[in-house]
Amino acid sequence: MNGLRTEWSLDVPERYFTLESYEGGVARWCPGCGDHGVLTAVQRICRDEQIPPEKVVAVSGIGCSSRFPHYMHTYGFHGLHGRALPVACGVKSRRPDLHVWVATGDGDCCSIGAGHWIHAVRYNMDMTVMLFDNNIYGLTKMQTSPTSPQGLVTNTHPSGAWLPPMNVVQAMLGFTNVSFVARTVDWNLGHLYQTLRTAYHHRGLSFVHILQRCTAYTADLFDRLRSDPTKLLVLTHEDGVPVDPAVEKVYTNQQEHDPADLATARQLAEPQDDVVPIGLFYRNSDAPLYETFTEHGLGMPVEEKLAAVERELDRFAV
Amino acid sequence: MTQKPATAEPAAKPATGAARRKPASSSKKDSTRKRRRLDEHIVEIVSDSGEGAQKAGQTFGTVSAKMGNGVWTVEIIPAEIKPPARSRAGASGIRVRFGSRPMTNMGDEADLVVAFNEQVLYGRIAQGAFKPGTVILLESKWADDRQEEVQRQYAEALEQFAEQGFRVVELPMEAACQEILPGTRVGKNMFVLGMLTEIYDRDLQTALDEVAFVFHKKGEKVVSVNQELLRAGREFAQEHLAGDPVDLAFDIPAYKIEGETVVMNGNQAAGLGILASGMDVVAMYPITPATSVSHYLSGAFSRVGGLVHQAEDEIAAIGFAIGASYAGKTACTITSGPGLALKTEFLGLAVMAEIPLVVWVVQRGGPSTGLPTKVEQGDLMAALHASPGDAPKIILAPSDHEECFHFVILARRLAEAFRTPVMVLSDANLATGVAPFPRPKPRADWMAPAIDQSPWEEAVEPYDWDPDTGLSPRPVPGQAGGEYTLTGLAHTQKSKVAYDPKVNQVGSEMRSRKLATFQETLKPPEIHGDPEGDLLVVGWGSTRGSIEEAVDRLRADGQKVSSVHLRFLSPMEPGLQEIFERFRRVMTVEINYSDPPGAPHITPENRRRAQLARLLRDQTLVDVDCWSIVPGQPLPPTQIAKAVTERLESLEQTEKGAA
Repeated sequence: MNGLRTEWSLDVPERYFTLESYEGGVARWCPGCGDHGVLTAVQRICRDEQIPPEKVVAVSGIGCSSRFPHYMHTYGFHGLHGRALPVACGVKSRRPDLHVWVATGDGDCCSIGAGHWIHAVRYNMDMTVMLFDNNIYGLTKMQTSPTSPQGLVTNTHPSGAWLPPMNVVQAMLGFTNVSFVARTVDWNLGHLYQTLRTAYHHRGLSFVHILQRCTAYTADLFDRLRSDPTKLLVLTHEDGVPVDPAVEKVYTNQQEHDPADLATARQLAEPQDDVVPIGLFYRNSDAPLYETFTEHGLGMPVEEKLAAVERELDRFAV
Repeated sequence: MTQKPATAEPAAKPATGAARRKPASSSKKDSTRKRRRLDEHIVEIVSDSGEGAQKAGQTFGTVSAKMGNGVWTVEIIPAEIKPPARSRAGASGIRVRFGSRPMTNMGDEADLVVAFNEQVLYGRIAQGAFKPGTVILLESKWADDRQEEVQRQYAEALEQFAEQGFRVVELPMEAACQEILPGTRVGKNMFVLGMLTEIYDRDLQTALDEVAFVFHKKGEKVVSVNQELLRAGREFAQEHLAGDPVDLAFDIPAYKIEGETVVMNGNQAAGLGILASGMDVVAMYPITPATSVSHYLSGAFSRVGGLVHQAEDEIAAIGFAIGASYAGKTACTITSGPGLALKTEFLGLAVMAEIPLVVWVVQRGGPSTGLPTKVEQGDLMAALHASPGDAPKIILAPSDHEECFHFVILARRLAEAFRTPVMVLSDANLATGVAPFPRPKPRADWMAPAIDQSPWEEAVEPYDWDPDTGLSPRPVPGQAGGEYTLTGLAHTQKSKVAYDPKVNQVGSEMRSRKLATFQETLKPPEIHGDPEGDLLVVGWGSTRGSIEEAVDRLRADGQKVSSVHLRFLSPMEPGLQEIFERFRRVMTVEINYSDPPGAPHITPENRRRAQLARLLRDQTLVDVDCWSIVPGQPLPPTQIAKAVTERLESLEQTEKGAA
């Protein structure tokens, strides 16, 4: 810098990213869809953390929420129905430098992709998994999903859904090697942002169950929760999701819960009258990461690899 | 095989306990025995499952290869891990064909068989594995078994085997092993290896070294016991199988092999190819007969640096590999037929979104669970058409072990250059059979990382198709300026979802054009035999050795027969139509199902032909015939020669009729 002495100026990073750096075109979800809020929260986190857009990979399956990667100006992988998690694990396996966000829905994750769900939790690779749970199949037009409330009238169950809904958080807290389980709601942007940001900072598979409105098919499903803030039980703890003052003021129904306490977390996950807990249920920062194994030999120089292959061939030499 | 040849020896007569063969006192222990010189021999070791026959045979094959013989082994594998003992269907074992020239297939009937019980031989006999005169060295202890039923079965078998002209030699092998390992029934396999080293004059030290290598993980004590068994077997053969009345002493000289050689099975060759190709990630789910590739790699990657990911299912395995490849790492997935079926949706995605990927398919018998441990070439159509819609992809088929190695490296390069999945169709025959081949010379450029992290020129779209070739460069996460969202939906060059008619048409054309571009780089296949004649046999995959051996025999008989063998099945090698037109008749020989002509209701119009035949007819408009069967075994050259001869005869009859 001509004549500018370094002690006169602040350190200016070479690149600075704004919200626009992460915006990949106008989202084509329905007006009022809960997905818009999640998208904005993730873009804000990327901006606030100053993650280079080229180092972000948004991976999804198929469904309304799985359009997510298209609206991020980052790398994205909009793959197959139910198969976001194996792809995300593969992306991460030999690329520790990439930040992986997974967008999946209640059908994508808990139905067609349920096998991968259990195992991805067990692999515990460092990524943030967002379950957009609107209790319905939206893209294919109102079929019963595994989380649809019993009795919900859908196109596949016109007299009401037959079975009790799957309890996602309860299931998560039963999976081996679970390391981070939180819940939030799309209509409380402050809590949504803080939950996702806490998830982003957790090293391991951070799973965020997002109650999300579908204006087309389940528009009034969460009305009860939205109209009476005391129906949301906000979990608080210094190791949990930070609660913004604005949130604290409105959501007065709060409970201190240590996320290291799995037994209490499981109790909280039980269906309780009509109160829904949000915040961090469980965190285990010591859960082993699959990357410990997948990154083996990463960066081994080609000459070294060549020599090792020659030694392998020696074993079969005549 | 009921014909009794004149050469059947009296030794084959049913024996009673009292008539056990006594050691021949006149046996010599020096190596100056008079030996019958042979060009080749086929040896089988057949046993109940778990008696180590395969280990003995593989070791014998390796020792023979090390002594300069051509070798080809085929495992005889029951589908169950532990079928009941002494069951006819539960035969487990191995065939070793070796000789004074390169061996390219399993050959016809066995010359010498070692069997640990008589029941397991029935299955082999039913498969036509033996011929009159085949020598069977049979464990004799069953004659005195505590169960009368076993004694009866044994005596009955001896009678039946003699009727079929086999020369049975009863030997107390287990009793001899028990002198070394009292109270156990293990160790017979290395004892038999010792016998074979004596019968075929194998170098003792080479065999001892190989035994040490095979057992080195189990510790010194295990090595020395097995070496002792080997020596004991060798002495046992010197005592029991020399001089009168049975003299088994052969000399199968080495042939000169140029340069260094390695010996392994096709799955190991594929595994080594994966290492040499610089593959970062191998994602798999256990499936027979493909899994042993990952068994080898799981150990080897700890030394070479790479990952075998055992996924939760077949779908996750290919998804994981695709994720790794999307992120710029070289990746492959390994599977067999039923796994391929599960992977089809992801294969379609890899085609649609142009993700490089190597898919190694070790074919087994199908459909459904089919014949898990047996040979078939039944997945050509499944591979070609895997995925709904039009999903053009490159398909290769190695024809021997050496190609199993090199085709991984080729497949990786093609996958990256053409931004596409490349499927390689191996089969159970190559997977488990052992053969020597020239030692590959790995190169640094084979291993060059696929990944490029330099900034991407933002003006270049993620699918910047060259309209002439369909090719385009690929941005990889981490490259600033290249950000795009890959999608399996129809998309523009910018990877934006678009459903308009033109976009889908253009995308389909670009993906298809890549295959034509690739095909232009290929040469027409070489013709084995004269470039014109009466009949051309076309094959693919592991049948090459058998087909060429059959063709050579027919040519030696004066028949005007040639063959070509295809390595590239999608796209196919060029010039096929022109080659076919130089022959009066063209037929494929394949191990997959086709309706036999002349079967009830079968007409030329409704006949379902073998898979390659169908593709060739489509591609060349030549009336390509086929001979194909699904026995679950490799095709012996004699069977191929017979089928070809029949077609030649019918050709002459038709033409006589026409005249």
